[in-house]
Amino acid sequence: MSALLEAEGLVKRFPVRDALGRRAGAVHAVDGVSLGVAQGEVLGIVGESGCGKSTLGRLLLNLITPDAGTVRFGGDDLTRLSASALRARRRDMQLIFQDPFASLDPRMTVEQAVAEPLRLHRIVPRAQERDRVAELLSRVGLRPELARRWPHEFSGGQRQRIAIARALASQPKLIIGDEPVSALDVSVQAQVVNLLSDLIRDLSLTFVLISHDLGVVRHVADRVAVMYLGRIVEQGPAEDVLSAPKHPYTRALLAAVPGHGAKAPPIEGDVPSPIAPPPGCRFHTRCPFAVERCRTDQPTLGDGLHRVACHLADSLPPPTPRPDRLAGGDRLRRLQSFFRAPGPLPGAQP
Amino acid sequence: MTTVLEVSGLTLDFRQDGRNLRVLDGVSFRVEAGRTLAIVGESGCGKSVTSLAVMGLLPGTARVGGAIRLGGRELTALSAEERRMLRGGEMAMIFQEPMTSLNPAFTAGEQVAEALRLHQGLDQGAAFAEAVRMLDRVRIPDAARRARQYPHQLSGGMRQRVMIAMALACRPRLLIADEPTTALDVTVQAQILSLLDEMKRETGTAVILVTHDLGVVADHADEVAVMYAGRIAEQAAAATLFASPEHPYTAGLLGAAPGEGARGERLASIEGTVPDLRNPPPGCRFAPRCPFAVVRCHNEAPPLAEVAPGHVSACWRAPLDGVLAAA
Repeated sequence: MSALLEAEGLVKRFPVRDALGRRAGAVHAVDGVSLGVAQGEVLGIVGESGCGKSTLGRLLLNLITPDAGTVRFGGDDLTRLSASALRARRRDMQLIFQDPFASLDPRMTVEQAVAEPLRLHRIVPRAQERDRVAELLSRVGLRPELARRWPHEFSGGQRQRIAIARALASQPKLIIGDEPVSALDVSVQAQVVNLLSDLIRDLSLTFVLISHDLGVVRHVADRVAVMYLGRIVEQGPAEDVLSAPKHPYTRALLAAVPGHGAKAPPIEGDVPSPIAPPPGCRFHTRCPFAVERCRTDQPTLGDGLHRVACHLADSLPPPTPRPDRLAGGDRLRRLQSFFRAPGPLPGAQP
Repeated sequence: MTTVLEVSGLTLDFRQDGRNLRVLDGVSFRVEAGRTLAIVGESGCGKSVTSLAVMGLLPGTARVGGAIRLGGRELTALSAEERRMLRGGEMAMIFQEPMTSLNPAFTAGEQVAEALRLHQGLDQGAAFAEAVRMLDRVRIPDAARRARQYPHQLSGGMRQRVMIAMALACRPRLLIADEPTTALDVTVQAQILSLLDEMKRETGTAVILVTHDLGVVADHADEVAVMYAGRIAEQAAAATLFASPEHPYTAGLLGAAPGEGARGERLASIEGTVPDLRNPPPGCRFAPRCPFAVVRCHNEAPPLAEVAPGHVSACWRAPLDGVLAAA
């Protein structure tokens, strides 16, 4: 597999101004991030608010310009493309946002919203537009008759399906989903997660899933990168990172997910301000294992399939196993099997 | 055990466009001292309006029926002024977004002290000193300094700690926490929920935890009521509910939450959407989405019936072992 998307040394800082408009430092949103996404791969980027994951998503699409570093997409350095070349390249890269109530234009019908990228990138002749929209809608599990309706007539889950259809319209090679299911209720979220899994499989999509929800990421990602205060602290195959985490922060993040019988919080305190991130390892202020070296030396991510930026990674005690309280037994699984649609959603095959 | 709150046959109606909208339809539960009842469900199921009805915080256009008894006292018979005096004293509530519940123009300490002056009759100095003590108890580092700071100077987790200090300052008999950690990051959420557990153990306060997160319920609730479309679908001790749910909605909801399951495995997906309460289905409200529904489910609303001691389910087909045996 070759890398479709490759980021190298990305840095992005946002200036902060005081009440008089004078520069008063900067938010270190992304601070030296390198990663690659192979063709057909699903990369999950996880972390808590302020870790820089959304900024990273926008840098990867070159929606904002990095202060340093490069993003290569299919061989082109996006940061060096001319405006018109970049616009042409946009056809291959799409973004799905969290809030389906904010991402659709309320003055456009579903058909207009989904047809817009078709027309913009001249995907199909005008005469075939309507058929193509119908095909895209059924692909995301919506009845084509709904094409004449307005966004306000749809529920959150249906709107997110519309946003996905719109993202698929230009036949992109890469889709970045920034918390695409976080605003949805759990039963609707399950429908959209299943839909995304089907689309990724059926269309061989390359997908970057940005999420704070480790369960959702575990469900769809091949590889996972964990971010803390602008840096990747751990990266590797999803199964390894989420089942055998090496970085103390990844461990804490997993241990904090409710539903595993934890009685005490895994770590105390808040994330430090990204305006003045701690020196050395950025996690040392909350790390239960930190030693003197962690306060001064910045650890690097290293090499290999499963990488971790921690001085102590090899000497940490094994994490305590946690029972999954929501898993239930055989009886529950049999009951739940009646809720699983047997195959792809009706109409998913065009 | 002492029953602190008993709600029976609670109904809530609104007028909308000249029509009646029944938002709660016969909700009953009780909460014991020192125990946590979780009310769980998706948006629009009625979990938040249930807590607002108990607190007496619904707008005047709402018509509340049924009984709400706090320590044997019937709250629905009280005047608005009497209800107001209970809030912050005998019963308190914390909300999802502490920034909108805290007054930006007063310091954290002043806001906690206000409740103490109002309900415990402390003077300004004593109330502020007690407020600092409370902030320290909810483990706000350097409480004396933080007490003099304004909400915008505090982090989200810290603000929710201030809310908890304010709610517990007057030792309420009942605390309602409505999605108290939904706006917080997961590591901070773990801190706040364990703090709530600890405070409950220390004070013996009865807690209603309103949440959409089944993981939170599994770790922090003693009893669980699952709500769907304005009714309770199932209620049981937490361990029982997770091990052997007796309502199809509960089983589906548990399977929809992505957990430790294998990659690519399909999540249980409850097809369709919640019913429109202006025009609810005549029988069981979950029937249109239920894989086990039979004719009766579409025509008659099932009552909450006991399937095992302390375990009730509103399902004609419960106990569900029969359904599995027939499959």
